[in-house]
Amino acid sequence: MPNTRIRVPKTAKAGDAVEIRAIIQHPMENGFRLDSQGTAIPVEIITDFTCTYDGGEVFSVKLEPGLSANPYFSFYLKATKSGPVDFRWVDQDGTITTATEQLDVT
Amino acid sequence: MTDQSDSANWSRRGVLAGLGAGVMLLAMPVRADDASVAQAITDTFGHTPRRDGKITLKLPPLAETGNTVPLTVTVDSPMSNTERVKRVVVFANRNPRPLIAIMTFGPKAATAEFSTNMRLSGTQDVIAMAELSDGSVWQTQVRVLVTVGACDTLQLRY
Repeated sequence: MPNTRIRVPKTAKAGDAVEIRAIIQHPMENGFRLDSQGTAIPVEIITDFTCTYDGGEVFSVKLEPGLSANPYFSFYLKATKSGPVDFRWVDQDGTITTATEQLDVT
Repeated sequence: MTDQSDSANWSRRGVLAGLGAGVMLLAMPVRADDASVAQAITDTFGHTPRRDGKITLKLPPLAETGNTVPLTVTVDSPMSNTERVKRVVVFANRNPRPLIAIMTFGPKAATAEFSTNMRLSGTQDVIAMAELSDGSVWQTQVRVLVTVGACDTLQLRY
């Protein structure tokens, strides 16, 4: 399972815009590189990223090989009530990586 | 002797021009042309008319390496229930694959803003387009100078 690092503030005031950052360790092979034998390394990417919170979607991305290795996203969530912020990455081979962080809204 | 007479027939100018053209062909990597960018844009947005404005694209004017170019996209939108940004699409007009990523903002997004890192194959324009909930499409583009492209470090030239 690839390493993920996410940053969600511990607490927030209701109605606040909260910055969320998420990164996953992944080579994002673009399919144009050659290995030491001179054969092309096939494309290997994460295809989807989704962040959900309070029963709704916050931000989602359809990734392409044009994104850097270890794809990173930062975006803003509208704090409404305390609950988990869920992250989900889908690899092209179907592997799903998830991460969760608790957000307390005061 | 026949060789000599053959080469004598070639004018000096013609040979130089030929060499120059050859070198240019070798030096010019085959990259996406404007047609493929236009195709990628049409695939994503159809033929919706696009207007300039509303969207801000923040990129470094000069990137040392094309492997990781940070970008921030901000769309001027209240993000209310009725008026919001549906999606933002980023294109790079000289990348072998012009489409970089499609971002969608859900109902829990506070602002229409995000940051990420992208690859650039060389100096080129980065284009960001935003589709709002009323169906209108807005665009902006920023030129980035890339010292070493994400693809120049590879043995394979395309």
